[in-house]
Amino acid sequence: MDWQDFLSVLPFIIVAGWATILLLVDLWIPANRKGITAGLAVLGLIAAIAAVISRFGIEREAFDGMIIVDGFSSFLQLLFLGVGVIAIAQAYDYLRRRDIERGEYYILLLYSLSGMLLMASAGDLIVVFLAVELLSIPLYVLAAFAIPKADSEESALKYFLLGAFASGFLVYGIALVFGSTGTTALSGMVAAIESAETTPILLLVGSGMILVGLGFKVAAVPFHMWTPDVYQGAPTSVTSFMAVGAKAGGFAALLRIFISALPGAAVMWMPLTMWIAALTMAWGNIAAISQTNIKRMLAYSSIAHAGYIFMALPAAATPEVAPEAVRAALFYLVTYAITNLGAWGVVLAMEKAEGSGLEIEDYSGLGKKRPALALAMALFMLSLTGIPPTVGFMGKFYLFQVVIDANLIWLALVGVVTSLISAYYYLRVIVVMYMRDGEPEVRSEALLNSTIFITAFGTFFFGILPGFLLKMINQVSLLDLFR
Amino acid sequence: MTIDLVLFFGLALIAVVAAIAMIASRNAVYSALFLVFNFLTVATLYLLLNAAFIAVVQVTVYAGAIMVLFLFVIMLLGTERESIGGRIRWQMPLSIVLGLALAGELAYVLLRNDIVQGPLADLTVEFGSPASIGRVLFNEYLVPFEVTSILLLVAMIGAIVITRKQREEGK
Amino acid sequence: MSLALLIEWSLKSVVIILVILGGFAYLTLFERRVLARMQTRIGPNRAGPWGLLQPVADGVKLIFNEELIPAQADKVLFLLAPVITVVPALILLAVIPFGPEVTLFGRSYYLGLASNVNVGVLYILAVSSIAVYGIVIAGWASGNKYALLGGVRSTAQMVSYELALALAFVGPIMLAGSMSVDAIIEGQRHLWYVILQPLGFLIFLIAAVAEINRAPFDMPEAEQELVAGYHAEYSGMKFALFFMAEYGKMIAVSFIAATMFLGGYLGPFIDRWPLLGPIYLFIKVVALLFFIVWLRATFPRFRYDQLMAFGWKILLPLGLLNVVVTGVIIVLVGG
Repeated sequence: MDWQDFLSVLPFIIVAGWATILLLVDLWIPANRKGITAGLAVLGLIAAIAAVISRFGIEREAFDGMIIVDGFSSFLQLLFLGVGVIAIAQAYDYLRRRDIERGEYYILLLYSLSGMLLMASAGDLIVVFLAVELLSIPLYVLAAFAIPKADSEESALKYFLLGAFASGFLVYGIALVFGSTGTTALSGMVAAIESAETTPILLLVGSGMILVGLGFKVAAVPFHMWTPDVYQGAPTSVTSFMAVGAKAGGFAALLRIFISALPGAAVMWMPLTMWIAALTMAWGNIAAISQTNIKRMLAYSSIAHAGYIFMALPAAATPEVAPEAVRAALFYLVTYAITNLGAWGVVLAMEKAEGSGLEIEDYSGLGKKRPALALAMALFMLSLTGIPPTVGFMGKFYLFQVVIDANLIWLALVGVVTSLISAYYYLRVIVVMYMRDGEPEVRSEALLNSTIFITAFGTFFFGILPGFLLKMINQVSLLDLFR
Repeated sequence: MTIDLVLFFGLALIAVVAAIAMIASRNAVYSALFLVFNFLTVATLYLLLNAAFIAVVQVTVYAGAIMVLFLFVIMLLGTERESIGGRIRWQMPLSIVLGLALAGELAYVLLRNDIVQGPLADLTVEFGSPASIGRVLFNEYLVPFEVTSILLLVAMIGAIVITRKQREEGK
Repeated sequence: MSLALLIEWSLKSVVIILVILGGFAYLTLFERRVLARMQTRIGPNRAGPWGLLQPVADGVKLIFNEELIPAQADKVLFLLAPVITVVPALILLAVIPFGPEVTLFGRSYYLGLASNVNVGVLYILAVSSIAVYGIVIAGWASGNKYALLGGVRSTAQMVSYELALALAFVGPIMLAGSMSVDAIIEGQRHLWYVILQPLGFLIFLIAAVAEINRAPFDMPEAEQELVAGYHAEYSGMKFALFFMAEYGKMIAVSFIAATMFLGGYLGPFIDRWPLLGPIYLFIKVVALLFFIVWLRATFPRFRYDQLMAFGWKILLPLGLLNVVVTGVIIVLVGG
């Protein structure tokens, strides 16, 4: 243990430490000026971004392998921190509007982010578990932030109970994997599996349980039941953060554990993940069709997108494709994050103070009243469907290509067909916005508008010129560390 | 049969009976107390294994802290005599199947590693002492340890955030 | 485990229990006499010379009292509660050494049951953490709302002050570099920890008095508000058991304070005459007991919210501060 070890977890230390300091500082900030807390929280995130960038490209293990710093973790950490900045900007006006503004919101959000940062660089199953909890527990509380509103309470309770249930699976799975391989360190597990000193059945059951636990977090079918209710009931700014951050965090752990630590057991988890991916894509998209509430529709959409990202796992079971599969998943995560943050931003703008204005019908006439906002929303919907020239198309294209490279042509077909299905409900939003007449009541708040603008720009820009992002992702390596 | 074995089987019997009684009893206070009893017995089992530190921690944390809070809440809410409500019909068969599966797994692992037959490894005096545990905790497991403390802090903040709001509304 | 060892341990256990039981009997007399003097009264002086037989008379009276079990009570737990309350008080002393190693009849003995275990201090904390059960159960099983209130109050109080108590232990543990009670006494050979840890000692005393529910922290019993708190429904020997537990804990706490902060059995010439050890310890314990009685005569009872605020907002932060400062100083001095 030396100072370099501490430098390796510097982003995490900055975010978690800053949250703790902010907790005290917040006591002296008057209740009607919590914007100061939000601003300070963003400053902390910017410092953490600087810390990540300063060590970009470095690969090392810290704290005896508990922490891994590599391109994968740095890239994801940048993504998380970016999501955090946007989430705070989105939340500020919304919280005021709903009269639930309190400094703890930003602090809990920072803590949740610190869990995600830790998740990205976890090198040990114990750290993975703790990171999952650190990511989730603030989210449970944030979901309940509109208490005593009944739907917020319901959302928080459902999320908490099922999340705790999922954590049980995760920790049990970790215990069984430990029982099989004799170690919780990811690097140690690779060695243990290669030397065949493991108990295959324990490894199968254990990795299956880890899959269940993390499957809950990313809302993959059949562990998705909580998603629509939780997404609908939680304050929308929380949902936005939850849908993007928690999902990306879950996938960080899934990719890290299964692709880099358990490649030797790919025979076991490959069929499982394949079916989960197919089912998730199919069910998420089909169930989304009948939704009339925009939050529920986006919830099912997020389930469907979890399915697409999940395809990277069975693809990565083929060793030659694995590095590309990880990159494709990361690229997809970025596209998903940008697009979804934007779409939720529009939902936030449309939501009225008392929490109404969430039906898709309420979007009628948006195209006339606020053309820019409607254009942004149309862009996000196209991106979610995967239609060029948006970043969503690039993401799907890259991902399907990898899946076909891995000889999983039928899975790619499922992906294409379900994308076609999804066009129905995504495009319906566009139709409602432009073809129907209505007088939508829309907020125009500077911070919110700027986040929508940024994400819309990102959706468009990376859709036409994905080169910059691809170049960055091509530097990302996940697997080198253990070879 | 050595004295240790007699002690072990006696304690194991008590622990199992206490565990069953905990599930079977209809009164929540009795259930909680049987659970405490079970914890204490298990702590004694740890003592038999020369794991004094774990035994003492088990008593302090589980019996002394967590269960006291359980009991506190049960009594404060006065829910001790309330029936749990309708039972789920398939609960019993399912629990039996799962329980048997668990027992099978345990037996498999134990027998595979020959733990049952094998002699106890020679332990150093230092093994399991507070000092050696502290050393491992603050070196090898420093990251998980610190993260756990952040986790507890967050849980505490969360609980306060949720409940304080309600009290303001109540006024 | 040889037979001789078994006998030795059994004897030691019996001696410790006798210390508590005998101590309990005469501590009540001691308290009443001291309190009386402080309030310019005389106190019980009729039974025997200086009232020395008073405890015996009290005991006989309690035995002949009628044993009542309220109709609302939960019978089993109602009977069990006094027993559960007494046990922690009796076993708390197991890790306290009464003197150094002595040689008698060609064998050397430790004057203590298990003072050399490496988790001695934690054992004290563990036992005191389960001591709350007896009171809670008594309050609940009585089927009486005053008793229940007393029980719930004491749970909250004891859980709150346990934290400060534990933090107060950390100072001596850090100074001695061990959780073994023997090592902590050995560390005080030159200087008692009360001098190095004045704040720790103060926190310990306050928290300990609160932990054993003595005045001014006798909230669970608060006669004026709660009739008699958790033991309102108890009579006869069962009532006596609660009393025994309270005074037993008082004695145990005094032993612990003397050991952790006042050098335990150490004193002048202890190396030449090891048997002086128990005598030194006894003197320190009596002084501490006098102090606890004195507190009762001096301070009015806290209000309940003041009590909780004091525990959480003052004692706990002070305890943490003490730990941090002690740690920093140890690192700086290089101990």
